[in-house]
Order: sequence, then structure tokens, then C-alpha cells
Amino acid sequence: MILETLSNARGVSGNEAAVRDLILEAVREQIDEHQVDALGNLICLKKARAEGDGQPLRVMVAAHMDEIGLIVTGINSDGSLSFDKVGGIDDRVMLSKQVLVGDNAVPGVIGYAPIHLISPSERLKAPDMSKAVIDIGAANKGAAEGLVNIGDYVTFHATYQQLDNERLRTAKGKAFDDRAGCAVLVELLQSDYPVDLYAAFTAQEEVGLRGAQVAAYRINPDVAIALEGTICDDLPKEKDDDSSPVTQLGQGPAITFMDRSFIADRRLVDLLIRMAQQHDIPYQFKQAVSGGTDAGAMHLAREGVPSVAVAVPSRYIHAPVSLLSLNDFDHTVQLVRAALSALQGGLPS
Amino acid sequence: MKELIRQLVEAYGPSGHEGQIRALIEEQVAPHVDDVRTDAMGNLIALKRGRPEAGGGGKSVMVAAHMDEIGLVVTYIDEKGFLRFAPTGGVSPMTLVGSRVRFANGASGVIGWEKWMRPEGATSRPDLSELYIDVGATSRDDAPVGVGDAAGFVRPFEDLGQRLIAKSMDNRISCAVAMQALFDLGDSPNDLYFCFTAQEEVGTRGAVTASYGIDPDLGLAVDVTLVGDTPKARPMAVSLGEGPAIKIMDSGMLAHPGVVRWMMETADALGIPYQREVLQGGSTDARSIQLSRAGVPSGCLSIPCRYVHTPSEMVDYGDVQQAVSLLVELLGQEIAL
Repeated sequence: MILETLSNARGVSGNEAAVRDLILEAVREQIDEHQVDALGNLICLKKARAEGDGQPLRVMVAAHMDEIGLIVTGINSDGSLSFDKVGGIDDRVMLSKQVLVGDNAVPGVIGYAPIHLISPSERLKAPDMSKAVIDIGAANKGAAEGLVNIGDYVTFHATYQQLDNERLRTAKGKAFDDRAGCAVLVELLQSDYPVDLYAAFTAQEEVGLRGAQVAAYRINPDVAIALEGTICDDLPKEKDDDSSPVTQLGQGPAITFMDRSFIADRRLVDLLIRMAQQHDIPYQFKQAVSGGTDAGAMHLAREGVPSVAVAVPSRYIHAPVSLLSLNDFDHTVQLVRAALSALQGGLPS
Repeated sequence: MKELIRQLVEAYGPSGHEGQIRALIEEQVAPHVDDVRTDAMGNLIALKRGRPEAGGGGKSVMVAAHMDEIGLVVTYIDEKGFLRFAPTGGVSPMTLVGSRVRFANGASGVIGWEKWMRPEGATSRPDLSELYIDVGATSRDDAPVGVGDAAGFVRPFEDLGQRLIAKSMDNRISCAVAMQALFDLGDSPNDLYFCFTAQEEVGTRGAVTASYGIDPDLGLAVDVTLVGDTPKARPMAVSLGEGPAIKIMDSGMLAHPGVVRWMMETADALGIPYQREVLQGGSTDARSIQLSRAGVPSGCLSIPCRYVHTPSEMVDYGDVQQAVSLLVELLGQEIAL
């Protein structure tokens, strides 16, 4: 399964090659052209397959290949590794986690003091992770230098696994933000469309939507759709709490009307809702104006591009392991497929 | 001009939802320009072509006044029909409790605070997460609006004679200044692109794509600026009633020195008073224009404004009229930086 393959693959921002190779292998037979640009974006073109009047729309659908992670900034005399974050990570989720360092996937742990050594008052505070190190078990600096280098990327170590097989069809794994989007886009390429589909597997989203910015400039699309794995905060939930969840697991793809990076084009939001209703696909809104996606970069490309974002709700994103529902995944594929098929003849007014 | 101002400031148009204000502006500017179009971001771009006989050396000039206003967007509707929301642009919770809002479809509401009239409310400031819009619904199902719909503030235009109060003086007063300048202009040697931009309040986004499309020789934003003339205000050498301000810098842009000089020399020649503006905090569309493509010499003509980003923003009518006169002179002449 492509989601499993991509979730297990390692590709922190700026180091997306392994993910890119797997994706290209999976889509090569379905596309007409592809290129890898200067920032490492994989841009695939699947030409319109339907006869229509006039030029088919150029539709850019983007999913970012990169994941959040760490980067080695120093090798200490005791053999431990200093590191910095790549992308947004809360200090608290890093404690005592297993990681893999560098291209050779050297195992390591982000160690922390045992409870015996932490005073009761200190336990109430967030840890100061600027003092934390990665322990790869090396005896000293020389031993560590034989295994890793400064500048090596570090990924969290988590393995994809399907959990519930009946109702929610849940799966856990790392980097669902945004390998879920990448897997949706791979699935979408299995079908034919009446538009020129530019499937952009983008680089460096987690450090500021950088890949999509140059990819959108090159593609110069008429319409853009970002595919994401987005915040899902339905657990833990206080009983009878009627406040705003961002998204809920199993309630369908989440449509963004606005986040911190862009305001969605209302015509595209309405198109998605119409397609969901027509094809009996559940959907929900991302009910918070938070985070940003590649749509933030795409909608400002050149003279502007009508844009929208659709996401697979994923619990615990930007942490070592996340959890999603394959029902939501399948419904996201169905919804975007229907929307792409409905774009024949132009954007609805 | 006050009637034009009243129409513009009372219109609805939070960022990303500029359809109504755009239609209002388009109807009035269309007879005065050679071409008018709306781009993919929703910017209204009206072109008044240069006439070679009006003088040689015409430049292509982009004049940008953003038409969007700060507002609120619905994120959630609870079972009883109360709306939770997020801000579009810099909205302070201090200005919200008891404020009235209106949606694109005409639905109105009032903003409530969970802690109003409760002991903890007497000693704390409201947080956005504690506020809600009450649209008079009794359940989620009979709410007249949905998640993703945007609300704008509702306040009538108040004409105090010399001083004017309204919601969204930021930046409809500048739309009015740009429009009045267009109406008053004769032939110009310059190709003048009057842009009424979208989504300025969420990060000067509309001007990014508008300036890419126009690819101008020179960019000029018209926007409001803060003042230092109210009780215990942060010191700032701009006051109401002492003329429009010519921006030298703000936190997002250093104005092109040639543009600043051109603006000041033109004002001096006309005998129009102006104020030198250094704004600490905030920026304008000029920032996006300046950084477009390979860079565009840019500046900003500012209207001094009190109580910016509250539902009651105040400007001086003399400043406004002088801004129009200065803009007409700037745009009507051959420009040498």
C-alpha cells in the first residue's frame, strides 16, 4: 500500500530524494511527463484525456514530500549529538523518542532524565530541549564521527501499522503530514481527467512553503489544490464539550476555507461541497484558522491562482507518530477525483 | 466627496470576501477608465491609459488602495446556534464585546463574551476564544450562516464636520481618495493602474499578484497611518489635520528615496502641507509592490487616522481633500525620479 510505503520512507525538508524516488516509481506508468526542479520538487504532468472545447484547464495539485524532523548540528566529546529542529515541533513531544540519523539510519534516542532525578516541581514544567542531545550509543566523539556527520538529517522512528480494521479503519505511522497527501495524489493519478493535471510533489513545505512557491511559478496553473494531512483534535475530548474541534476522525475530508497562509477561493470550496453532496461523500471543514499549506504559496504565484486545500484529518501531527482513518483517506481521493472531473470547461462561477 | 466616503465605509468586505465592495467601486470607476478587470485574487484593476500628447516620458504607475477590511470568520456553530470565530486581520478582542457584525447575506449579530457580568470578567481582558457571535439563532440548524462565512463590523458613518468617524476608514478612505483623484484627473502622460486590492489585512496578499500582473515602473500605495496626537499616545510625529503623510518607512518597507523626494517636492510646489511618516508597526501594499518581480520603486501616501483597527476610526476631512489634490498632481505630471 502506497500510504504505508511513503509513511515509512524518510525525508526531512531539504532531503526528499528517497520519498521522491518511491513516488516516481509508483506513478511513472500513469503520467506523460515529469521533471525534478532546482528545489527538488517532482512535477508530473498527466494530460487531459477527454475531448473538450478549447484548452483544458491547467490544474496544479500539490502534496509535500517533506516531513518535520531534526538536523545534527554538532558532535560532542562524549559521543552525543547536538541537534536543531527542522519544521515546527513542540519540545514536549521529543522526550525519550527513538530516532534514525543520516542516510544510513543510525539508531539513536533523545534521552531524558529518569523520574527519580526530576523534582516534583520540575515535573510541572516543559523541558528545556536546547540542552537535549541524541544518544547513538557512541563511546566518544571519534566513535560517533565514524557513524554520523554534522548536517545529517534525523527522522523519528515509527512504523506504519493498521489498527482497527472494521469501523474507522485506523492506521498509525509517522509523517502523515503530508505523506497522506502524497498517497492521495498517487491514487488520483490512477484516473483520467478532462484537465491537464500537474501533480506536484513538493519539497520544503515545513520550513515555509518553499518548494510550492517555485513549482507554482513554473507550472503557472489556472487552479491549485493542496492536499494535506491536517490537525485532528477530537481526542482526548471532555465530556459534553461543545466547543470547536478542528476536525474529527472518520468524518471525511477536511476542506479549508481559511488558514494562516491563504483564504480559499469560494468557488472551489463550493465545488467541493457540491461534489461531496452529489457523490454522497462525507466532508467537514477545518474549523480553525491555523497552520499553513502549499496553497499559501500557490495562490500568490504570478498573477494569482484560485486555490483550495483538502486534507485527511490526522491526530498528533508534527509529532513522532500520528493516526488517521483510511475511510477519510479513501473519501479524500474520491472527493478530489470528482472535483477534478468536474473542472472540464473551466472554473464554475 | 463625503457621500462617496459614506458609501464606501458602510459597505461590507472583509478580507477574501470583497465581492460587494468591489462591485460598488467598479460601477463608479468604470466610466472614467479605459479598461477594468478583476484578477484571480479578486483585485479590481482599472487602467486609465496615458495620452502621449499630455507630455512625453509616460510611466506605468500602480496606485494601490486596499478595499478589504478587518473582520471575523466563522469556525464553528454550537448546538445552541452560537458562532465561534477567528479574526481576518488584526482584530483586538478589546474592541469586540457588544459590537455588531453583518454577513454577506445580510444576517446580523452581536458579539458576546463568556465572562461578561461575571466576577472574573471584571479583572481580565477578553480572549478571542471566549467570544462568540449571537445571530439570534436557537440551534445549529437555524443559524442563517455557515462555517467559513465572514462577518464585517457595522457602524454608521458619522460626519462631525471636519472630522469623520467610521468603521473601515482603513482603508476605504484611501479607496475614496484614489477614486476622487481619478475623477478629478485630466489627461496624463502616464498609464495609471488604479488597483483596489484584496486581502491586504491578512498580509498584503492581493498586491502581490496585482503588481506581478501589472509590472509597473512605479508603485504608490494609499493607506491610513497611525497618529501620536491622542492622550498618552505612543510618540509619533503624525497628527490629524496637519496634512497627508508621506511615508519614509514602516516595519515592512523603506520607501524609495526618489519616490519620497518626488512626493515631497510636488507637495511643496502645490503648497500642500504634509507630514513625514515613520511608522513603527504595520505595513502596506507598497511592501508587496516594491518586492514584485525584479523590484519596483515604491512609496505610500498616508491618511492619518485615529483608533485604527477599531470599529470607529477617525480621519480629518482636510487631510483627505489635500491627499486627493496631491495625488492628482502626482499622477497627472511627467514623473522623473
